[in-house]
Amino acid sequence: MNAFVVNLIAAMLRVATPLLLAAVGETFAERAGVLNLGIEGTMFFAAFLGFFVADATGSLWIGLLAAIISGVLAGLLMALLSVTLGVNQHVSGLGITLLLTGLALFAFRLRYGGRSTPPAIPPFPLLDPLPNVPILGNILQQYLLTYVAFLVVAPVAWWLLYRTSFGLNVRAVGENPEAADAAGVNVFRIRYLALGIGGGLMAAGGAFLSLSQLGAFTHGIVAGRGWVAIALVIFGNWHPIKVMLGALIFGGTFALQLRLQAIGLQLPIPYESFLALPYIVTLVALVLAGRNASYPAALLKPYRRE
Amino acid sequence: MRGITKRFGPVVANDRVDFSLRPGEIHALLGENGAGKTTLMRILYGLYRADEGQIIVEGQPARIASPKDAIGLGIGMVTQHFALVPPLTVAENVVLGYTDGFRVDPARVRAQVQEAAARFGLEIAAGALVSHLSVGERQRVEILKALYRNARVLILDEPTAVLIPQEVDTLFATLRRLCADGLSVVFISHKLKEVMAISDRVTALRDGKLVGTVDTAQTAPAQLARMMVGRETFGVARQGERTPGEPVLQIERLGADDDRGLSMLKNVTLSIEAGEILSVAGVGGNGQRELAETLCGVRRPRAGRILVNGQDLTAARPHEFTAAGVGRIPEDRHAGAVGELTVAENLALEHLGEFTRGGVLNREAILSNAAALIAQFQIKARPTDRARTLSGGNLQKLLLARVLSRQPCVVIAPQPTRGLDIGATEYVRNELLAQRERGAAVLLISEDLDEILALSDRIAVIYEGEIVGVAPAREADVETLGLMMAGATREGARVREAV
Repeated sequence: MNAFVVNLIAAMLRVATPLLLAAVGETFAERAGVLNLGIEGTMFFAAFLGFFVADATGSLWIGLLAAIISGVLAGLLMALLSVTLGVNQHVSGLGITLLLTGLALFAFRLRYGGRSTPPAIPPFPLLDPLPNVPILGNILQQYLLTYVAFLVVAPVAWWLLYRTSFGLNVRAVGENPEAADAAGVNVFRIRYLALGIGGGLMAAGGAFLSLSQLGAFTHGIVAGRGWVAIALVIFGNWHPIKVMLGALIFGGTFALQLRLQAIGLQLPIPYESFLALPYIVTLVALVLAGRNASYPAALLKPYRRE
Repeated sequence: MRGITKRFGPVVANDRVDFSLRPGEIHALLGENGAGKTTLMRILYGLYRADEGQIIVEGQPARIASPKDAIGLGIGMVTQHFALVPPLTVAENVVLGYTDGFRVDPARVRAQVQEAAARFGLEIAAGALVSHLSVGERQRVEILKALYRNARVLILDEPTAVLIPQEVDTLFATLRRLCADGLSVVFISHKLKEVMAISDRVTALRDGKLVGTVDTAQTAPAQLARMMVGRETFGVARQGERTPGEPVLQIERLGADDDRGLSMLKNVTLSIEAGEILSVAGVGGNGQRELAETLCGVRRPRAGRILVNGQDLTAARPHEFTAAGVGRIPEDRHAGAVGELTVAENLALEHLGEFTRGGVLNREAILSNAAALIAQFQIKARPTDRARTLSGGNLQKLLLARVLSRQPCVVIAPQPTRGLDIGATEYVRNELLAQRERGAAVLLISEDLDEILALSDRIAVIYEGEIVGVAPAREADVETLGLMMAGATREGARVREAV
């Protein structure tokens, strides 16, 4: 196996990590019946807050923790608006994205506004568990959060959804809240919990960008990954493991197009077409998978007892 | 339950109602639609909260704020629209909200539920997805769900509305057996025959008020009818036999797909004459909706022909059907009217061309048209009321007025009385009979066998998209129709063919 493919696989895992975290978070929210369009803002704010707190305290871990807490709170805000107050989920979700994006940009300006060089911190290091193994060793050179996302978050999410009473409640609440209510499930509490967990995961995805990948915060740091995550959830049919597959496909295409650009192929098409490639692949995959998509039946519908 | 009062805004749904249930009895709660039966039981199950009154369970005053409280007190309810989650398995539905511990092992749960089903004598596959089950099976899942939670009181809300006669027999046998073991059942119904057949006592409600409680053994259907509607007899019947007329609507080997693109209607051939009511009987979901939609141009046929007075309307558009004299009473009356528009606007909606001049609405013509139809069809509404404020019965009258005032030569009436109270039902049925008298060909699609037997000249039974038999109404009986609706005759015929 040549270096190109090895690097491609390693990059695929790196690119897929924030998408996987965010998409699994969105899966929880949607499985409970709430489309959380606050995902993009939640990731952006978490990317900023993680960076800011890490910079201020000198601890990447405290930064990550603060980011995750902010995501949980953003999820609960979404719950307050869409579950308790019954606000239209599109409106409340986009509202949260606008609010958190604006807030992050404003705070960034306040704290770092006057600098001529963009601020940076040393990011999380790459782990290198098998330094002496040629191919596998290279592929396994990943950030801790990548390991956590693939080996812990996705399997545990599957286990929670399909093997626990909490997961059963989440799935029931997202399909038929009336039935769940009549069976004695507290619909509101389950939706709050699902949105809180989901928000935390989205934030972890956002913080990965600033704390692991970049060691910095920029305006284009999230660049629509939240929206891609929503597409991945549909692609993965609201199943964490299939969502993981989707994240890998997107990550792989993204990593591939970067390398295609770098190779400098003398093609009569502008390099921006390569940039668009992952999104085109996502669209095609979505069209193909979307036809058989079985949306949670109660998605977008606020639950009211009378 | 003592002195229960429940108000929805200005409407009093329950007015100081008393109700008591003894151990081991089947207690029928009888009343018309809107009499407050379901409301009373939803209060008992914690889905609504009473404004006044108290609930006493086994001598103790009980506070029931949610279904969880009710379940804790041993009360279970099977609502009219089943409270099941279709993509989940039977076992998952049964244990939902009632799991022991955080971990849920699918295999163990399935075994537990299967064991419980066997213990209560309910025939169910615990591992099956609910979305694959028939209505009768879903009802058994609901009953099992309640019993699994150790219910000692089981509330059934119109349990037979969705069942074929044979399934009703099975349900009744199950209930009798469970009651022999000490279960108490509240049986909500407006069907006198069933109430007489299954209950030990009957409590009748009318307009939210308690009329009385009687022992079933010491009462007669006529007395119950009087308690329920305030008069002794009700119902409509055809006036006399009919002389054969010309065939008006002819359907030849019609085929159509359902919404998923799967073949639903197969080879449907029917002919309806002037002055005749032909009914299509069948359990819901056997192609009735597709048939009605194909016959008014909303759905495209895949095969066959539709002729109205000899004119070929196969694959014609809805307005061409209307122009040819086909009137269709929409199946979903809320989809048939625009809630935010006024009564007058809704009445003009299908024929807007007649109420406009140069693209501008002629408000006066619209309002005078509405005033005339409101008077003629006894709609209890003003022309300027929004349609969504109308009751189900009045909304249906509005739709009848819109369709029937055109004097159509073919009337397509899918489920025209579903969800209406007795007064409105009677009105709709009389109106269909009047159309027959006038010489229209009426196609009535209904799941209510009593309605079909009372109105039809001929009865066709639909099963899995095929017409499995057509018979004159006077030769039909409930038993045979029930067997045909369940597909038994067709399968019987197949077996004979195979032999």
